[in-house]
Amino acid sequence: MQKMPVWADVILIPLVSLLLAALLSAAVIVGIGEDPQAALNLMISGALGSTYGWGYTLYYATNFIFTGLAVSVAFHAKLFNIGGEGQAMLGGLGVALVALYIPWPHWSFALIGCTIGAALLGAAWAYIPAILQAKRGSHIVITTIMFNFIAFALLNYLLVNVMRPAGSMDPATASFPEATHLPTLHMLLEPFGIKFSKAAPANVSLVVALLAAVFVWLLIWRTRLGYEIRAFGHSESAARYAGINPVRITVIAMMVSGALAGMMSLNTTMGEGERLILNSTEGAGFIGIAVALMGRSHPVGVVVASILFGFLYQGGAELALWTSIPRDLIVVIQALVILFTGALDNMVRMPLERLILMFGRKEG
Amino acid sequence: MGNANTEGRQETAAPAIELRGISKAFGPVQANKDISIRVMPGTIHGIIGENGAGKSTLMSILFGYYKADAGEIFISGQKTQIPDSQAAIAAGIGMVFQHFKLVQNFTVLENVILGAEDGALLNTSLRNARATLRQLAQEYELEVDPDAVIEDLSVGHQQRVEILKALYRQAEILILDEPTGVLTPSEADQLFRILRRLRGEGKTIILITHKLREIMDITDTVSVMRRGEMTATVKTSETNPQELAELMVGRKVLLRVDKAPAEPKDVVLEIENLRVIDDAGVERVKGINLNLRAGEVLGIAGVAGNGQSELLEVLGGYQTASGKITVNGQEIDLTGKKSDGQSRRARGIAHVPEDRQSEGLIMDYTAWENVVFGYHGDPQFQSGLFMNNAAIKEDAAGKMERFDVRPPNPRLMAKNFSGGNQQKIVVAREIERDPDILLVGQPTRGVDIGAIEFIHKQIIALRDRGKAILLVSVELDEVLSLSDRIAVMFDGQIMGERLPQNTDERELGLLMAGVTGEAS
Repeated sequence: MQKMPVWADVILIPLVSLLLAALLSAAVIVGIGEDPQAALNLMISGALGSTYGWGYTLYYATNFIFTGLAVSVAFHAKLFNIGGEGQAMLGGLGVALVALYIPWPHWSFALIGCTIGAALLGAAWAYIPAILQAKRGSHIVITTIMFNFIAFALLNYLLVNVMRPAGSMDPATASFPEATHLPTLHMLLEPFGIKFSKAAPANVSLVVALLAAVFVWLLIWRTRLGYEIRAFGHSESAARYAGINPVRITVIAMMVSGALAGMMSLNTTMGEGERLILNSTEGAGFIGIAVALMGRSHPVGVVVASILFGFLYQGGAELALWTSIPRDLIVVIQALVILFTGALDNMVRMPLERLILMFGRKEG
Repeated sequence: MGNANTEGRQETAAPAIELRGISKAFGPVQANKDISIRVMPGTIHGIIGENGAGKSTLMSILFGYYKADAGEIFISGQKTQIPDSQAAIAAGIGMVFQHFKLVQNFTVLENVILGAEDGALLNTSLRNARATLRQLAQEYELEVDPDAVIEDLSVGHQQRVEILKALYRQAEILILDEPTGVLTPSEADQLFRILRRLRGEGKTIILITHKLREIMDITDTVSVMRRGEMTATVKTSETNPQELAELMVGRKVLLRVDKAPAEPKDVVLEIENLRVIDDAGVERVKGINLNLRAGEVLGIAGVAGNGQSELLEVLGGYQTASGKITVNGQEIDLTGKKSDGQSRRARGIAHVPEDRQSEGLIMDYTAWENVVFGYHGDPQFQSGLFMNNAAIKEDAAGKMERFDVRPPNPRLMAKNFSGGNQQKIVVAREIERDPDILLVGQPTRGVDIGAIEFIHKQIIALRDRGKAILLVSVELDEVLSLSDRIAVMFDGQIMGERLPQNTDERELGLLMAGVTGEAS
């Protein structure tokens, strides 16, 4: 079979999917008696119209880049890691332990230390489902979902009974010391004369996220390990023939995935919260699945899709704030985007493919 | 469906089947191009062509699985629409697929009536079917125990059940798709006897195959397909295998392998009392002993599923076993604890696996990624932390050129090559390593004649460089023409060893069926 040109695959299909989702969302907004045009304008101005809006959009995007990359790496080994949420929670625990119990002289050292702590605990949390899958055949989708609940319960216990400062009523750790506070984009851009909103939470971990994207690209497409991960993902029987150890690949791919998901907490816990709270992940682990699907498990796609979802999150929050469109409807709109870009990919792909091939044949 | 004509054949010499101008495209691929064919009643009509020539597509159209883009179908002179397989059955067409469509844990009788029950109550259907089966069995020598469960039957008998199913539905026209692929030679002979008998009773048979010998043996007329087109229809008595091969390929081909006598040297591979138990706990290889010398081709003949695959997997390093295997005087690990495909390669064993699509290649990898597959850890392909993709691509381009892989584009996905060229990629990768021992499984399965010729030459050339080759093939012709020594496997055991010049297909066929006559 002839294939579609690459531009159609990576640009046209997501765009058409997005358009369909937008149209359907508009219909829903009309249905409740609001003006979709005004709603869109508000979303755009709220999310992209100011550095404050951008600050929030990029803050959310940072989360999604980490979790999207996490899902992508596992996808390449044909492992469906739904446990990003739990791995991110454990990552948060890693950040809190490193930030609270080690005295850091400067945020840059603290960032390195916390990155290691977050990655280690995230990876460890992914290791258990991975080894269960590789050795015992327990399905990774089931185990990673269950590990999300276990992670939540564990964190709940630790925050309520162990790490909560005396006298506090809040299930959260004490605030991290001053020296571990990460610089926001405002502080980072000030020396260059760029004025960025002081209030927005986007911080230096965006840079870490982008570095992680580069790392994932190198790992998957430039290293021997990446070659083996992809080979295993495409065909387990061929991997066996070639002498690629399935246990090793499953475990390593899942641990890299878990580490990336765990690193999300650099943004939320270290960068924004500056203490570990109970629900710091806010479902970003699950959004990562949609981001990876839309981004075709490619780091560039993941970054682009993350910014789109960051926009939806921030724009949606603005909608809820300024219009009578209820918060639930914003979830509906986000769900429609996920549905069309992720799950209903073939619905758009097949007719487009036929159309493009038809034109191709006429020209040829 | 009412337009089907099942009421006897017309007395005029209307063809049983006539196709006029059938065309079918899948996307940009034209699988059938303006095909016209007339099959006369009471004849056996062969359709021959290479893989991908469009034979199966054409028959799928006739059986209502695909809808033709253009063209007409006439059954016994009447124009007939065949939108689905129900209509095809109603029109008197029966199909025996290459992979049987039988319920494994049903009896023969239950399978025969499945989908053709008389009513809601099974008992009457079963009683009627039993009577009909008895009658059919007498009429056509199709003896099968109606109460036997399918999974207990041999492949040959399962095929008979498929034929019975078609006859039970009053098929006048029987289509058989590669029916001998899974049969031993003697089972194939029995099948042909049944087919002749059916022809004698006035049935029309269409036989799809890529084996020239079968066409010459049994058909009255033969149509040749190439690249979606019907290139010729000739009377079998007026043609010969060489001519048919040329019509199939479109150029002159060498059907025999040209080779000098072998000059065997030292034993490089010794297998002692090898046993393999698979994941389901079934013993697949039951204590075999073999040895392989440098400079010879040892052929393993046998019907698929008699332990040959497991033997290759053990040698390839991804199946555990017990017993002892020595390579160049050193015992190798069979437990899988200290060995895998990589360690076997390091010992100079290269492996062309039986199934290139699921093992030999990653279909979604480019050709260059596939040419390094299994050897991707070699130091020459690394640069620091990363893989040296430039070196890999250059290496791949050279190998593809030397093995005439077409198109010679290393950036193309493996799945976009034809079967023959996919196989050439695998063979190039393994032979170019210049291994001490080459394991080859089904080297030419689903490969066109032109590529077969090339691959056979490469295997013999490797042998002539003093390397040892272990060949596993279900194609007896291939084993006979390539091997210097032949071992026959049946039910996990070696039934005997023969020299190709001292044996023939009949004797090997008996051994393949587990019959050991005279002592070897």
